[in-house]
Amino acid sequence: MFGRLRHMLIKELIQVFRDKRTRFLIIGPPIIQMIIFGYAANLDIHHIPTAILDYDNTRVSRDLTARFGASSYFDVKKRLARGKEVTEAMDRGEVDLVLRINSGFARDVGKGSTAHLQVIVDSSNSNTALVGLGYVNQVTASFARDYELARLRRSMPFSVGRMPSIVLERRPWYNPDLSSRWFFVPGVIGNLMMVIVVNLTAFAVVREREIGTLEQIMVTPIRRAEFIMGKTVPFFLIGILDATLVTVFGTLWFKVPLTGSILVLALGTALFLLCMLGVGLFISTVSGTQQQAMATSFFFIMPAIIFSGFASPIGSMPVVLQWLTYLNPSRYYQVVLRNVFLKGTGLDVLWPEMAAMAALGALLLAVSVLRFQKSLD
Amino acid sequence: MKWHRLQAMARKEMLQIIRDPRSVAIVVIMPLLMMLAYGYGISLDAKRLPVYVLDREGSQQSQDFLKRFQASQYFQVVRSVDNYPELVRALDAQSCQLGIVIPRDFSRSISRGGPVGVQALIDATDANSANLAVNYSEAVAQSYSREIQLEWLRRRGGGRPTQPVSVDARTWFNENLESMDNIVPGVVVVVMAVIGTFLTALTIAREWERGTMEQLISTPVTPLEVMLGKLAPYFVIGLADTVFCTLLGIWWFGVPFRGNWPVFLLSAALFLLVVLSTGYFISVIAKSQLAASQVALLATFLPAFLLSGFIFPIEQMPAFIQVVTHIFPARYFMKIVRNVFLKGSSVGVLSYDLAALALFAAVLALLATRAFKKQL
Repeated sequence: MFGRLRHMLIKELIQVFRDKRTRFLIIGPPIIQMIIFGYAANLDIHHIPTAILDYDNTRVSRDLTARFGASSYFDVKKRLARGKEVTEAMDRGEVDLVLRINSGFARDVGKGSTAHLQVIVDSSNSNTALVGLGYVNQVTASFARDYELARLRRSMPFSVGRMPSIVLERRPWYNPDLSSRWFFVPGVIGNLMMVIVVNLTAFAVVREREIGTLEQIMVTPIRRAEFIMGKTVPFFLIGILDATLVTVFGTLWFKVPLTGSILVLALGTALFLLCMLGVGLFISTVSGTQQQAMATSFFFIMPAIIFSGFASPIGSMPVVLQWLTYLNPSRYYQVVLRNVFLKGTGLDVLWPEMAAMAALGALLLAVSVLRFQKSLD
Repeated sequence: MKWHRLQAMARKEMLQIIRDPRSVAIVVIMPLLMMLAYGYGISLDAKRLPVYVLDREGSQQSQDFLKRFQASQYFQVVRSVDNYPELVRALDAQSCQLGIVIPRDFSRSISRGGPVGVQALIDATDANSANLAVNYSEAVAQSYSREIQLEWLRRRGGGRPTQPVSVDARTWFNENLESMDNIVPGVVVVVMAVIGTFLTALTIAREWERGTMEQLISTPVTPLEVMLGKLAPYFVIGLADTVFCTLLGIWWFGVPFRGNWPVFLLSAALFLLVVLSTGYFISVIAKSQLAASQVALLATFLPAFLLSGFIFPIEQMPAFIQVVTHIFPARYFMKIVRNVFLKGSSVGVLSYDLAALALFAAVLALLATRAFKKQL
């Protein structure tokens, strides 16, 4: 049995590595995708293109707009003179945010009544708008505090220092610079593994079926278990190879810290790969042609990426969909990846995820092996 | 070019699609599935973030302060813990995103005067949610701070309490700041890119691999007829899917459609031409279906998803990636679709993007016609 399995493995590996194009497919796309994802997948908001319409044009109003100019969150691109220009600039998408200060602003601030800063924001991208408004509030609040303190200091110079205030001390753990790259780069590894392993496994069997070599193999004395092993073990190895490749690349090139244990990461990756082999094998049992295999694997991969929490938090999804995510192996792998990379947590925290992937992997493999035997008869 | 040969070619391709149940599924179910998955699955609005609190004082005032977090729609105070390690464990196991630690002398410091520090421990793994959490908790702290200051000033009978500046926000084009209104029009673009390329990418490669290409070559059909005949059915299907997705976006997801249909359909037709030509080109070059599918994924789905501004804003990318986005047509179409949906933009504003799309369509269609040679 071992001899036959070895031959089968050698045949598969030769088939994969002999073809220049397939060889490229194993190394090229993962690296390219890692680079593109690493650079493009970014939700940090800096340099929001901003325009200023200052009808007041006093020292006080200029002080406020200068604070916006000094902040790295805003990029003051234009100074407008008339209200009509606001609509133009916004419609053309030249700026995403307009600060409008009406005349009388300095007067109101000076005499202690509330002055109004009008902010017009292009919210067609709601996230940018939301984060941008948060920054506007922060800049304005610090401006207001300074002016109010100055005013109070004049009216009650001795006790103003004793005015109580609550200061929020932020402690962003695990990702002190709030860099979304640190969030996305580990996540990308999971997506890449899924795409590569599911596709390769699904195609490997279906291609033999489509070009008729499957029957040739079936007349050899090879057993089903050996055939299935032969069709999955190479892709498991390729998956491990690619995982190592993108992990090394991600940590060295994008400088994302790998704080946790590599062994925990390896265990999680191995369990996840088992799940993906199961999915790939399953797809091959329900597909007659490569086109069908491709369509079916896309039907799986696309929702699996979205409902893994890769791009947006699972907690923000509708509750029914949140339940469904528990069936998605990728959900658990994303947690493992991000925890091991950024939090450095070990199995004491991650055991539920590992157990879930092991269970799902066993189930998927069992079902697809059973179906596989039927589909060969 | 003969009309009847073209017709025959298109008919053959159409029959091939209709007789393969899975192709029908791609055409009908995939757009629906993608619309629903993306529409519901991608939400960047952080609401009801789970919060743990550690109240070291346990006074009336500290509880009062913590109630503000509970009252905010952005937070959900899940638990109150007794000690710091418990809070650390909760953050490690992502049971909470935010931990608020009230110091032992909270109310005493307030009555004594001066600043009081309240710790906000944030699980910043997901930087975007963390950022929103910081902003929201900052707002809660500020408003409470404001209240105790007013109280303090009143008791002293000193200066009149004021709020020197207030921010009046006007959100244009998406008044309620729904991320769904931003995502759903974008899904239309991604669906078109996927359907268009995936379906066509295999069409020629399949003929090569199955050996039917030799039969096709032996017929008098010309390369141009092969291309047009193969692409025409997909063009019709693609356009139907676009309209279907758009109507789904408007009626089911309630996304406003403020622009006009002719501009939208024109740009959709141009974009379809782009993706179909790309798919066909890949198909001719790649020869094997596996390679064709992988290249198609890299060349269209990925840029449409990543480099078009669909989820990740282009302006926030590094400069050289921003340059790269210009060579992917999805970027222009994404802008047109969003503008047509939310801003109701006129042709004038969109002329640059429409022109770019037309240019891409012309070049890629030309490339596709040149690529296929009738030889073995």
